[in-house]
Amino acid sequence: MQKFDAFTGNLAVATAMKQVNPDVCAAYPITPSTDIMMIFSDFVANGEVNTELVTVESEHSAMSACIGAALAGGRVMTATSSAGLAYMWELLGVASGLRCSMIMTCVNRALSAPLNIHCDHSDAMGARDTGWIQIFSENAQEAYDNIIQAVRITEHRDVRLPVMVCLDGFIISHSYEKMQYMEDKDVKDFIGEFKPYRSLLNVDKPETFGAMVLPNYYMEFKRQVREGMENARQVILEIGKEFGDKFGRYYSYFEEYMLEDAEVVFVVMSSAAGTVKHVVNNLRKRGVKAGVLKPRVFRPFPHVEASRVLRNAKFICVLDRAETFGGEGGPLYLEIKSALQTDKNNVPVVSRIFGLGQRDFLPIHVENLYEEIEAFFKTGKIKMFDYVNVRE
Amino acid sequence: MKTLEIRWHGRGGQGTVTAAKTLGESMIETPLYFQAFPEYGPERMGAPVKAYNIISDEKILTHCPVVNPNVIVVVDPSLIYSENFLEGSTEDADVILNTAKYPTEIRKDLNIIGRKLYTVDANKISLECLGRVIPNTPMLGALLRVTQVLPLETFLNHVKHTFTHKKFSEKVILGNLEAIKRAYEEVKSE
Repeated sequence: MQKFDAFTGNLAVATAMKQVNPDVCAAYPITPSTDIMMIFSDFVANGEVNTELVTVESEHSAMSACIGAALAGGRVMTATSSAGLAYMWELLGVASGLRCSMIMTCVNRALSAPLNIHCDHSDAMGARDTGWIQIFSENAQEAYDNIIQAVRITEHRDVRLPVMVCLDGFIISHSYEKMQYMEDKDVKDFIGEFKPYRSLLNVDKPETFGAMVLPNYYMEFKRQVREGMENARQVILEIGKEFGDKFGRYYSYFEEYMLEDAEVVFVVMSSAAGTVKHVVNNLRKRGVKAGVLKPRVFRPFPHVEASRVLRNAKFICVLDRAETFGGEGGPLYLEIKSALQTDKNNVPVVSRIFGLGQRDFLPIHVENLYEEIEAFFKTGKIKMFDYVNVRE
Repeated sequence: MKTLEIRWHGRGGQGTVTAAKTLGESMIETPLYFQAFPEYGPERMGAPVKAYNIISDEKILTHCPVVNPNVIVVVDPSLIYSENFLEGSTEDADVILNTAKYPTEIRKDLNIIGRKLYTVDANKISLECLGRVIPNTPMLGALLRVTQVLPLETFLNHVKHTFTHKKFSEKVILGNLEAIKRAYEEVKSE
């Protein structure tokens, strides 16, 4: 039995954490993820979970505590945003390199300077090459469902890599919407018991963790992280399907929205995908064959599958909520462009950066983008790179 | 039903964000979809704040501020003369204002064309029911009367339930329920 209630994104994540009941949580709250640990610490204080809540003095220490607990064989979770994630950066590669199973919620927020507490994806994108699986959520429901699936993904024996579940700061983290949630027992059954592959506390089989490795072995460790990431592809699909069979909401690498016959395709992640879908509905009413590809899994990136679903597109506009400053386009654009190459697809594809520091991204902005594309079909001219809703 | 796109104008500390949240949460009593979200900035007591609700019988896809509201609620009387609360609204919008004045006076003062204007003295109601000026709950009563989005009884039961859950005192709960009921009755149209 599932029930409906009003949830913010942060409440949805805290609720999923309560139902997962991790062994250890390290907490150093930062806006806009603060609520998660605030709510979760209530669950701890009320005895609703058995979690050891470790309050640390920085995000660097939060991630260090998570790594230690994960290596000891615990089920481990934390949450952060923006500068918090940036401050963890050194340890992110340690977590993946030591093959730690853990789940971190990243409530996406811009990086300084100038100081800004609002949403964009520059925090998570800064961590895209650290060996973490990255899953992006459009709304509270997806954030909740993703956290529960992440437990299975990160603990899968063939994966054993940390998972970062992202949701948009404020836009999702602080907005109330209708969400369906499962009973504690059903979540418990779905995630099962955690049986660590290796454990620091296994005195019968003592092992060394985090030893120094010279050039003769370092590269093999990193090759194995890639192997875990490659294995994750199948695991993510299987768990997404199993979750759907059980709870009725199916998950894959991405959502295809009116994509089958779409000629104009917008590629966009997280909450903005909803706004684009809304405009695509209106374009469809006018007879325009538009569609949306919403990647959910950014690491590992589904290149082959993305190129397959983009095969019929006549124009692709990739929307990024993060900059690469000097790159050809946004991070998602770069992935999509290289994905198209796997299929020798030369369809025109442009990069548009939107919503940095939560600059408004409204339906009118998507409509304007479509007008630019419509003009391109007549004139053959369009900017390859541009910003959306920015002052000159 | 017509999708309701509601924009709230208030000042920090008046419970404007809580009002939007309470309205959103109360929709759980219906099969409708809803969103409730504040506009976050530096949080300062007394500074103008906005909050939004979208209520629809279809799944809500957009995740962005309401720029073309069809219901506007001004929680603080002083904002009526200092903020362009009609921005982005069309002439068929419902506008609900916290003021002791009549809608016709406001229309004349601000030279408003079109729109349906409603007024309610939420400060007075709040003061009499709660002993303090917290005009958010009476404004919810006025909004319910104007939009008819939820039966008054259902909403009152929801508020009673959530306020009890929040461990508010009996006095505060009854005061708020009375304030909602009074505003529902006392809201003035043209």
